[in-house]
Amino acid sequence: MKESIVTLKEVSFQYDLQERYALNNVSFNIYEGEWLAIVGHNGSGKSTMAKLLNGLQFPQEGEITVCGTLLSEESIWDIRRKIGMVFQNPDNQFVGTTVQDDVAFGLENNGIPREEMVQRVEDSLRKVKMDKFLHQEPHHLSGGQKQRVAIAGVLALRPSIIILDEATSMLDPRGREEVVETVRLLKEEKSLTVISITHDLEEAAKADRIIVMNKGEVFREGTPEEIFSMDEQLIQLGLDIPFSVKMSKAFRQKGIELSKHYLSEEELVTELWTSRCNM
Amino acid sequence: MMEKMIFGRYVPADSIIHKMDPRSKLMIIFLFVCIIFLANNVVTYALIGIYTFFMLGLSKVPVRFLYGGLKPVLWLVLFTLVLQLFFTKEGALLFEWGPVKIYEEGVRMGIFISLRFFFLILMTSLLTLTTTPIEITDGLETLLHPLKKVRFPVHEMALMMSISLRFIPTLMQETDKIMKAQIARGVEFASGPFKERIKAVIPLLIPLFVSSFKRAEELAIAMEARGYRGGEGRTKYRQLSWQRADSFQIGLLILLTILLYLLRS
Repeated sequence: MKESIVTLKEVSFQYDLQERYALNNVSFNIYEGEWLAIVGHNGSGKSTMAKLLNGLQFPQEGEITVCGTLLSEESIWDIRRKIGMVFQNPDNQFVGTTVQDDVAFGLENNGIPREEMVQRVEDSLRKVKMDKFLHQEPHHLSGGQKQRVAIAGVLALRPSIIILDEATSMLDPRGREEVVETVRLLKEEKSLTVISITHDLEEAAKADRIIVMNKGEVFREGTPEEIFSMDEQLIQLGLDIPFSVKMSKAFRQKGIELSKHYLSEEELVTELWTSRCNM
Repeated sequence: MMEKMIFGRYVPADSIIHKMDPRSKLMIIFLFVCIIFLANNVVTYALIGIYTFFMLGLSKVPVRFLYGGLKPVLWLVLFTLVLQLFFTKEGALLFEWGPVKIYEEGVRMGIFISLRFFFLILMTSLLTLTTTPIEITDGLETLLHPLKKVRFPVHEMALMMSISLRFIPTLMQETDKIMKAQIARGVEFASGPFKERIKAVIPLLIPLFVSSFKRAEELAIAMEARGYRGGEGRTKYRQLSWQRADSFQIGLLILLTILLYLLRS
C-alpha cells in the first residue's frame, strides 16, 4: 500500500523549564506523496512537531524515522537535506542580500559546485515564477513573493518532503493563495510529500489528510471531510471552520439537504445553483 | 536618512570602475592611502591630483554624488587648513595682524595637507560609489582569506556583514512602523526640548531591540534548517572575476608609486 516516509513512534517532548509536555506520546505515519495538514490551536504542539522532524529539537522519548533513517545527532544533516522547511515570517528566513543569493544559500551550505548552483537557482526560481526577480532585494518584495523565494530555496536542494510551518499565516489572502498554489503545483510535478502546519482550516481543507492536535496529543486523524464533520468539537478546540462548511451546516439546520459537507466555496455554489432550480 | 547614508552611496553606472573586481579596488585604495604620504612637493601632488581625477572620470559618477559624499567632511578639510595656517611658524612671514601671524610654510603645509585629505576622501568615496556593499564584503572575505591560518574568523565576519547589510532596510521599515505606532499613541519625536526628545527614543528602541532578537533567533533556526554549519565545506555562489582592467589599474598605480618616489623632494 502507501509507503510511509516519516514515522513517529511514541514521541514525547518537553521544553526546558516547562512542566507540561509540548508533545505527549505522539505516534503517526506520514505517507509518501501525500499532503498532510497538521492543525491545532496555539500551544497544541504542532510547531514543536515541525522542529522535531527536522532535528532542530530532539524528543526526550520515542523515535522519529525519516526516509528510513533514524533521526539522531549524526543523521540530522542528511535528513535536513531531505526535508525543506518554510517558516512563518517571510523576512526572518531570507538570508541572502538578493533573491538569487538567498536561493543559493542552502546550496552553498551543502557544497554544491558553482556551475550546478547557477543552474539549480535558475530552475527553482522559474518553478515558483520568481525568475524575473533574480537581482531583486528582499525589501522590494511582497510577503508572498518572499515566501515563494523561500520555497525556491528549499526546492533547489531537491528535498523529498516540504514542511510549511505556518508559512501563510503572515500573508494577505492573495499572497496566501500564491504560496498554496505554488506548493500544490510543485507537489504534483515532483511527487513531493507536503506537511503543512497551520491553524487555517481553509488551507487544511486542500490537504489529503488532516491531523488535529490538541494539548500535545493527536486529537483526531482523517480526511478533511471526516474532520470537518465534527464541527462543534473543532470550535471547542479553538479552530475556526471554513466558511463553506459553516454554510453547509446552516443549510442543513434550515432543512435544506445537501449531499455532503462542502470544503470549497466553489463546490457548494455549484450544488446550490444546480440542485434547487424549480423555475 | 540612514538609508541614504548607506545605500544611497552606490551609484549604478556602466563604467570600467564599476566592473572592476572589488579585490583590486580594495587593494588600490589601500595602496593609495599609503603612497599619498610620499607626495611632498607641487609635482607629486599634481600627479596624485591627475590620477584621482582620471579615476573619477573613468567611473562616470556624476559630480553631485561626489559632492554629497564630500560635504560632511569638507569642514574637516578646512579646519586642517586653518590649523596649519595659524600654527606653523616656519619660513618667511607673509602676513601679520596683531597676534595673528601667517608664515609661508604654514600656507604650503596647509594647502598640501588639506589636498591630501581631499584626494583621500575622493578616492574612498569612489570605492563606495562604484561598489555595492556586498561586493566589498566579498572582496574583503577573499583578501582576508590567508588570515584564516591564524584563526581569524574570516567567513563568519563576512557572513555577519552580509546579513547586517541585508537586514538594514528591513529594520528601517520596522523603525518607521514602530515610530508611527508610537506617534499614534502620543509620543512626540520631532518637537519638544532636547531632553524630552532623547527620552522619546526609548519607546522606539526597546520594541526594535526585542524584535531584532526575535528575528535573530528565527533566522538562526532557518539557517540551520537549510543546512548551515559554518564555513567548512561551503561553496560560493557569487564569484569574483579578475579581468584585464584590474591588472591594468594595479599596474597604473604601481607606475604612480614609482613616479612619486622619483619626483618627491
